[in-house]
Amino acid sequence: MARLILSGNLQQLANGASEVEIEAQNIKQLLRELSKLYPALAPHLEQDSFAVAIDGEIFQDVWFVPIGPDSEVHLIPAIRGG
Amino acid sequence: MNDMISPDVLARQLKIVGTRPLRPDGVDKVTGRAQFGADMHLPNMLVGKVLRSPHAHARIKSINTSKAQALKGVKAVMTSADLCDLPSEFVPAGEMMVNFKDMTRNVMAREKVLYEGHAVAAVAATSEAIAAQALALVEVDYEVLPHVIDVEEAMKPDAPLLHDDMFTIGVEPTPKKSSNIAKRVEFGFGDLEAGFAKADVVVEREFTTKPVHQGYIEPHACVANVSEDGQAELWCTTQGQFIVRAFCSKLLGMEVSQLRVTASEIGGGFGGKTVVYLEPLALALSRKACQPVKMVMSRSEVFQASGPTSGAKIWVKVGATKDGRITAGDALLKYQAGAFQGSPVQPGAMCAFAPYELENVRIVGFDVVVNRPKVAAYRAPGGPIAEFAVESVIDEVAMKIGMDPVEFRLKNAAKEGTRAPYGPKFGPIGLVQTLQAAQAHEHYKVPLKANQGRGVASGFWFNIGGETCASMNLGEDGSVALVVGTPDIGGSRASLSMMAAEELGISLEHIRPMIGDTSSLGFNFLTGGSRVTFSSGMAVVEAARDVIAQLRERAAKIWEVPVEEVEWSEGQARFTGSGEAKSLSLAELAATAGKTGGPIIGNAAINATGAGPSLATHLVDVEVDPETGKVTILRYTAIQDAGKAVHPSYVEGQMQGGAVQGIGWALNEEYIYDDNGHLENPGFLDYRVPVCSDVPMIDTVIVEVPNPNHPYGVRGVGETPIVPPMAAIANAVSHATGVRFTDLPMSPPRVLDAIEAKQAA
Repeated sequence: MARLILSGNLQQLANGASEVEIEAQNIKQLLRELSKLYPALAPHLEQDSFAVAIDGEIFQDVWFVPIGPDSEVHLIPAIRGG
Repeated sequence: MNDMISPDVLARQLKIVGTRPLRPDGVDKVTGRAQFGADMHLPNMLVGKVLRSPHAHARIKSINTSKAQALKGVKAVMTSADLCDLPSEFVPAGEMMVNFKDMTRNVMAREKVLYEGHAVAAVAATSEAIAAQALALVEVDYEVLPHVIDVEEAMKPDAPLLHDDMFTIGVEPTPKKSSNIAKRVEFGFGDLEAGFAKADVVVEREFTTKPVHQGYIEPHACVANVSEDGQAELWCTTQGQFIVRAFCSKLLGMEVSQLRVTASEIGGGFGGKTVVYLEPLALALSRKACQPVKMVMSRSEVFQASGPTSGAKIWVKVGATKDGRITAGDALLKYQAGAFQGSPVQPGAMCAFAPYELENVRIVGFDVVVNRPKVAAYRAPGGPIAEFAVESVIDEVAMKIGMDPVEFRLKNAAKEGTRAPYGPKFGPIGLVQTLQAAQAHEHYKVPLKANQGRGVASGFWFNIGGETCASMNLGEDGSVALVVGTPDIGGSRASLSMMAAEELGISLEHIRPMIGDTSSLGFNFLTGGSRVTFSSGMAVVEAARDVIAQLRERAAKIWEVPVEEVEWSEGQARFTGSGEAKSLSLAELAATAGKTGGPIIGNAAINATGAGPSLATHLVDVEVDPETGKVTILRYTAIQDAGKAVHPSYVEGQMQGGAVQGIGWALNEEYIYDDNGHLENPGFLDYRVPVCSDVPMIDTVIVEVPNPNHPYGVRGVGETPIVPPMAAIANAVSHATGVRFTDLPMSPPRVLDAIEAKQAA
């Protein structure tokens, strides 16, 4: 199971959970499972644009990047830039 | 990790990448041939002009355009009624999430005007004089409302409210009372209280920064041409033609396929040309008139109605031990968003302490609407503001514990494996190398004289990837037309051609790079986020490898051998099987392409991931005139990790440009408003950007810590250079005067006041 670390606003919306174990093989599955686990997060996951960091590498706006069973995953705001 | 990377690619001997050839667009630019936004002319073209609000905040009771419409020579008049009213909904537009409700109201006011200069109506006429006359005939009945300009005033419960339906996101439970605070964000980890308890020294300060404009010399400009059957063409100066298409088609209710957008050459953008202002208006006017319409902003319109970056109020607290370890960092950021939500407070909060390895850190940020133009991206959006404050406090902590500021940073520098304040651990990054380069630089050792001071500051920016396409069309003589979808702002035609030539093994002059319009390629995210050399570079490399695969197949067919026995090397297909050595050049294979299977085109369509952060350290020496408060920049050295500098001259150019913009931000630039919310300095005479005589030659040192996710190790360099300058200069001025400067800009009157206050104390 991948380890998802939540902090800040997302932690608030996940009933204060700072770390969650999630069975997900890719980013799309991770977001789906997270929405099921914490319904308060769901609209934010849909509305805001998030990036996912898997073992330190940031992936933005992609669904099918694989997540390893021992991966450390962070959900962070998407970065745009100027 | 990206699977296109060859493990040996960084080790191989590069022939073109890393050299300094002339840029392919250079001759056009120095001879005046290059076509910028305002250079397009079409037969029967009309002139479009915008009527703008004289009030900072007012309800629009009515708009009567009948007199303007009746004026001879006026061919179309438009208001917000000619654009789609869209619900409050964040939707993907390309790769960005945008709220079209806000966008349609920003390009043309609906219920209210929210800042001086907010567009209210537009006309298209046969001449500029008639268009101006027509604007004067548009009757707008306003109910003037109280306004708010200052971020902290706007956060007060009794502040004039810009949007009745704005309830702060990020606060649980969501407030039931609307306010000007659009969003609260928070990042961090650890135990702040315990961290500060371990500190021997704690420094805590408040800072202010003013909104500053990107200051591009070329104003916003476009030509729209909509035909009677609804097919539309748009030429405009933009950082992203595909984003313009996405935004405009939505605002005008058009199918994306009906609108073709061509990006002109661009005379500076720096993030400010990632949004639309005139483009949907020109399209709406052209659709009504069935004639081409050209619109160009005046300089005052650029200042009044296009996005600067936020002004902000910042509080920072840092604790450290006497031996130089930071024990905790805490920051509160309040950023002005302008009239609609969406300040860069979120990336600012993520950047604030990013250069440091901290166990206990917290950053809280607020996105606050005020009666100013909606902010737009500006180089490393949000980062320079937050890092100005943090890097100033870091400098003061180093002073208090009596440690060299570079040494203090080195002791705490983020490196591979460091957990960033926003969560994930960094991969390979080069902050330590930039600090070591600063320490070793001769600049750092030169003695200073009276009234002179030296400042140092570091800076971080993420860099991004994104959706990107490239097409490589092989001509019958073996030359290559390279088409990419990201406008060339910083010399990317050169860097992309160089990577293509390196891959193909041919000379650079055989490659002609061009920027495709929206019908020539699949979707491309814009030029921004320091992503072009990284993302378009990856796409170009993939397209080149596609061409090479086809060339190997053609050679194998000609020789009647398995393709596995054909390799591509130094611009030639070579037979590697047993028997007589054979080779075919790219030109020879191109000449017979028709006979061997048809034209050869290499394509790539990717969503580039794996961008590597870029970190920098800047050194600056200043002299402060104690009688006038004027700050002179004596010497400036910018050091940055580029990953790999494909064309070092353009990397250096980005570093120098960022430093100079930062000098302006630090010393002179600011939006000044009167009591009625009117901008008092909407022009380059009163809004003072640096000119050549204000700055010395900016020295540069490129550090190369390769990004393992890019075929050539590229990170992206365009944004990081604007992050350190404000703090570096503030630290230098503080050391020169003995007064800590916490408010930007450090203009002569402010510096003089501070010096006199110190003398009087």
